Amino acid sequence: MNEFPVTVENVTVAYHQKPVLREVNLQIPQGKLIGIVGPNGAGKSTLMKAILGLVPRAAGEVYIHGRSCKEQRKLIGYVPQRESVDWDFPTHALDVVLMGRYGHIGWFRRPGSLDREIVMSSLEKVGMADYAYRQISQLSGGQQQRVFLARALAQDAGIYFMDEPFAGVDAATEKAIIRLLSELKSQGKTVLVVHHDLQTVTEYFDWLLLLNVRKIAFGPTADVFTEENLQMTYGGRLNLLQNKIPLLRQQRA
Amino acid sequence: MSVMENLAAVFGDPNMQWVLLSCMLLGVASGVLGCFALLRKHSLLGDAVAHAALPGICLAFLVTGSKSLFWFMIFAAAVGWLASICIGAVTRYSKIKEDTALGLVLSVFFGVGIVMLTGIQHSAGGNQSGLDSFLFGKAASLVGSDVAVMTGAAGVLLVICFLLFKEFKLLSFDPGFGRGLGMPMGWLNALLMLLIVTAVVIGLQAVGVVLMAAMLITPALAARYWTERLDHMILLAGLFGAVSGALGTFLSSLAANMPTGPVIVLSATLLFLLSMTFAPQRGLLMKVWRLRRLRRQVAREQALLSLYEEMEKGSRESFREEELLERRKQGARRLKRALRDLARSGAAERRGEGWALTAAGLEQAYRLLIDRRMQDLFAMYEGTFGALIFDRDQGRLEDQLPPETVRTLWNLLKVHGLMPKLVPATLKGRGGEAS
Repeated sequence: MNEFPVTVENVTVAYHQKPVLREVNLQIPQGKLIGIVGPNGAGKSTLMKAILGLVPRAAGEVYIHGRSCKEQRKLIGYVPQRESVDWDFPTHALDVVLMGRYGHIGWFRRPGSLDREIVMSSLEKVGMADYAYRQISQLSGGQQQRVFLARALAQDAGIYFMDEPFAGVDAATEKAIIRLLSELKSQGKTVLVVHHDLQTVTEYFDWLLLLNVRKIAFGPTADVFTEENLQMTYGGRLNLLQNKIPLLRQQRA
Repeated sequence: MSVMENLAAVFGDPNMQWVLLSCMLLGVASGVLGCFALLRKHSLLGDAVAHAALPGICLAFLVTGSKSLFWFMIFAAAVGWLASICIGAVTRYSKIKEDTALGLVLSVFFGVGIVMLTGIQHSAGGNQSGLDSFLFGKAASLVGSDVAVMTGAAGVLLVICFLLFKEFKLLSFDPGFGRGLGMPMGWLNALLMLLIVTAVVIGLQAVGVVLMAAMLITPALAARYWTERLDHMILLAGLFGAVSGALGTFLSSLAANMPTGPVIVLSATLLFLLSMTFAPQRGLLMKVWRLRRLRRQVAREQALLSLYEEMEKGSRESFREEELLERRKQGARRLKRALRDLARSGAAERRGEGWALTAAGLEQAYRLLIDRRMQDLFAMYEGTFGALIFDRDQGRLEDQLPPETVRTLWNLLKVHGLMPKLVPATLKGRGGEAS
């Protein structure tokens, strides 16, 4: 297997002529937890969607294990932002997680007992087994996020893309997500996570992508997470953040 | 004539049977497809499509020169679909929002339709075309061959919905994820649009272009009140649609010159109003009742805690209502009622001028207080408890958490000095630890 499961070449995305991503090149290594960090409007989610082919690219190519994303769908798991759906939809948690199996089930067919087993164990892994038949509108924000994670697990993929999984969740869910991330890593899976909290970045991820419309830096967290790089990513906004970030304090001392 | 005789007349007359059958069919088709339209947040799309069908119908008459329902449906569906594509295109390629695009497309297409209709009616032989009956529908004009066409179309719709149930569900819930799975969400969306258009077109002759949108939305909306499962919702919406069709046909036959289409729509609205009021979970009555029950329970708990806290001070056991009101602001009448509730359940009793806790009441209050304080501590220390979830709706904290966590919480209560001081005699000797 290729050492770089995801290769991003010269990806450019524009909405209404205004570039949101400019000439991004990446070679994403196998088996790493990779944080994608940058200010609001830096194109973090857009990069993820562009890799997955969910938004049209103005230029550039993406290869998953050397082939186009279309051919490699089954290798990819995706966790969209929680707010992207209407949680008052008439269904329960288990049914939502079953959607992760749809790619495997195929057209016209109904989910089988194997699919249900996988779904139950996915729910188990995020600590939501007791909530399998709970109405999704009755779940808390964190529980809804876990259902989305379980759905991605049910996809049984090798590369996971998670769009702000930590946004607006409770402490218990945050713990559950971290545990899950390290479990995925130990299985040799590659996980890309859009993240917005600089304070926890060094703790959660072993690789980092600093993004602000263009790629600022990409590499192991210890190499990339420097004041200079952050200054380039966040510009003037960084001063407000500086004192909160332990690693930066150490570097200054 | 009695109602029974009327029923017999309706069902005995072959013409009426055709009408009845078609109205039920259109109800089923629009009910089922309406669910997806509703959940896709495309409720108004049906309205635009129905209005846009009018120029299609006129075009069919001009092109084929015949009045066959089959050609009407083909042209109406084609133009209706064109309208839905226009709406999508306007939303996508301009800064106009979807609701504005809907209004724009609806009025433009309907305007063109009215112009064409007027033109046809003023042309030679055109006034006999009867096309104006498509405005408000004319169920009485339905004949056997029409029913055959409607049955065929409705049958195809239902079979496709059954086969693609899973795919349409994903499309309605999370199309972005569906695209991520590599499923052709664009095509599925176009297909679903076509099915919705067809469902609208099926009902045009009976219900008319102006009111058809109601048949798409109302049964689905009514069904949503009764269930939390999509498959059940779809079955129910189909059933509601059929019942509305039958009821409308029957009711309109009771009086001369009563228009069937509007009565069908009113029947569906009646079902919707009943659902909104009486549905067991989401219905208005149940919501009111649940709120009242909740208020009563909160008042009872507050009265219980007020009594306990006053008693904890140690001087007296019996307290007047004014003293309790001072402790916690609540309505005087609500407190009276809460105390009566407590007395009835044996937790409190009248003693002299005031009220006092019984032994059982003391234990209840003690457990309640512990549970509340544990909840506070659990929230404070949530991060240290790993991925545990606690659900406030499912009773006491102690019953939901593993024993070691409960023990930790007990210790934390002691460390924070939050143990209630007044331990009930029934729980003494166990360190106050309720099981």
